[in-house]
Amino acid sequence: MNTQFAIFVFLALATLIGAASVALSRNIFWSAMGLLSCLVGVGGLYVMLSADFVAITQLLVYIGGVLVLILFAIMLTSQIQEISVSNRSVGLVGGYLIFFVVSTLLSFVALWAPWRLTSKEPVANTTVALGDGLLGTWLLPFEIASVLLVATLVGAIVIARKEVKSDS
Amino acid sequence: MRITLGLDSTSLSRRYPRLAILATLFMAFGLPLGLYVAALAVFPLNTPERLDAMAEQWLGYDLAGSPYRYIVYTAFLLLVAFIAVNYTAVFGGVSTWVERRVAGRMQSRIGPNRPGAAGFLSWVADAVKMILKEDTIPAEADHLLFRAAPYFSMVGLLLPFVVLPFGEATVVTDMNVGVFYVAAASAFVVVGILVSGWASNSKWALFGGIRGAAQVMSYEIPAGIAMMVPVLMAGTLSMQGIVRAQGGWPWQWFVFQNPAAFVAFFIAVTASLAEGNRTPFDLPEAESELVAGYHAEYSGFRLAIFLMVEWANMWIMAGLAVTLFLGGWQVPGYGAEDYARLLGTGLLPAPGWFGLQLLSMLMFVVKTWALVFVFIWLRWTLPRVRVDQMMSLCWKYLVPGAFLCFVVTLVWQLLVPPAGVAFTGYALTALALFVLAKFAVATRRNISKVAGHRVDLGNW
Repeated sequence: MNTQFAIFVFLALATLIGAASVALSRNIFWSAMGLLSCLVGVGGLYVMLSADFVAITQLLVYIGGVLVLILFAIMLTSQIQEISVSNRSVGLVGGYLIFFVVSTLLSFVALWAPWRLTSKEPVANTTVALGDGLLGTWLLPFEIASVLLVATLVGAIVIARKEVKSDS
Repeated sequence: MRITLGLDSTSLSRRYPRLAILATLFMAFGLPLGLYVAALAVFPLNTPERLDAMAEQWLGYDLAGSPYRYIVYTAFLLLVAFIAVNYTAVFGGVSTWVERRVAGRMQSRIGPNRPGAAGFLSWVADAVKMILKEDTIPAEADHLLFRAAPYFSMVGLLLPFVVLPFGEATVVTDMNVGVFYVAAASAFVVVGILVSGWASNSKWALFGGIRGAAQVMSYEIPAGIAMMVPVLMAGTLSMQGIVRAQGGWPWQWFVFQNPAAFVAFFIAVTASLAEGNRTPFDLPEAESELVAGYHAEYSGFRLAIFLMVEWANMWIMAGLAVTLFLGGWQVPGYGAEDYARLLGTGLLPAPGWFGLQLLSMLMFVVKTWALVFVFIWLRWTLPRVRVDQMMSLCWKYLVPGAFLCFVVTLVWQLLVPPAGVAFTGYALTALALFVLAKFAVATRRNISKVAGHRVDLGNW
């Protein structure tokens, strides 16, 4: 068996098992650990695609930022294991309906989409290409996204401040 | 019951003082030097092309076409990892001894002085003691996560060693996203702190974990932005690229090349102290408030791993600051062409090349140890900050300061001509030397007030 293929299977399994345990685990902390495995696996897949910058960004943003924030939030809530955490808002029938519709759609996309296979050499230094692209060709979308993020941050601070005032 | 085994280190070093001195010298210099030489011998070979060429030339074996080549490459990677892991362990151990001796000196007490000359072997004794102790797990703890937590911290400690350059050729691999990678890898240490805090099922550990997460997440931002200043000045994210953009003399270091970088250096060092949970930012394990914080429930070897991560992290923090701001391994008077000339074109480089490589490693090691000493010094000088002070220092001072440095560096890179940069280098170096001289004079005056005109080294 090809070594690359073996590594791919390992990473894909880590991603899938992690993702499954996020949804299925009863203990919310174990769900977060499943998310860790899933995110590291996706980062590894980026490495296999020679996307070094994106892979490291995946680690920095999703593990250093998102996952640590999630763990932090879990630790602020005491006795979370004994609370029933499943969401009952749509019920069992609605849940299965959504599951089958979405999974069918996604499977069709995965199987029928014309995935482009390329035999070109991967870009050696993706950082330079990404930087040129973001601040050259795609400057306007990049700036719009950053303005949106600033607006989100300011909005979050405004909402958080209001709550503190009404409490006191 | 006390088991002596007849190998009590105290009585041994009393009975054979020369043996103790020899053992100490071996552990203090032979062990690290052996690891440096092993690193110098193995790290540069660590590419498939080099290994293929060596197998071709010496063994007459066509490795590139062999079905076993991945096994050989993996074995070589494991050898590299073995050297790096052992180096962290040795550094972590030696730094605990240095820390305790320096602390003793600063607080007018003795510190560990029994096993080996000047008590040097006490770190070995500590490690043996830790390994022999029982590894207790609280009954109510989450067993699997409790066991797994030290490994997360360990991974977070070891990952940066992949890109940390010890010398011109002594680096495991020179990734072109090196600095970014180091910033990302430290996330695993936080995950380890959080997991251990949660899995211990103890209030103290939980509080330690929460504090650790809040602190490390906050200080990642000023540290990351301040680390971008040398990236901007070098125009690359690669660690070797950043070192190569600097020079050997102090005025060629990035820290003195522009005033914003000078400020960014202090911001980066402060923020990395906080990220490494060193005093004055050791809130996650504040012993007077939280027993021992996130590792309060750990014992034996798992506790040893946590402590080793904490001390060995000093090497990463200091090494990163040296690489980014203080010229890394650059030897004064030797440029890139000297390395290329000595390397030659053969399979094995000339002996002079190895000499120059050792010299460059020596530069890096000496600078890094100097910075580690400053960290130890700060720990025994400054009191611990409060949680609110820690947060306000980060968000109100360091983050805006780091952003300002970033913008000033951008403008500086665009507007200031090379002559201006060179002048700034000389001026800031002179300023730093002046401040150092003033500091030395003031220290001497303070010592002479207390102890006469004599520095007392009696308790060494």
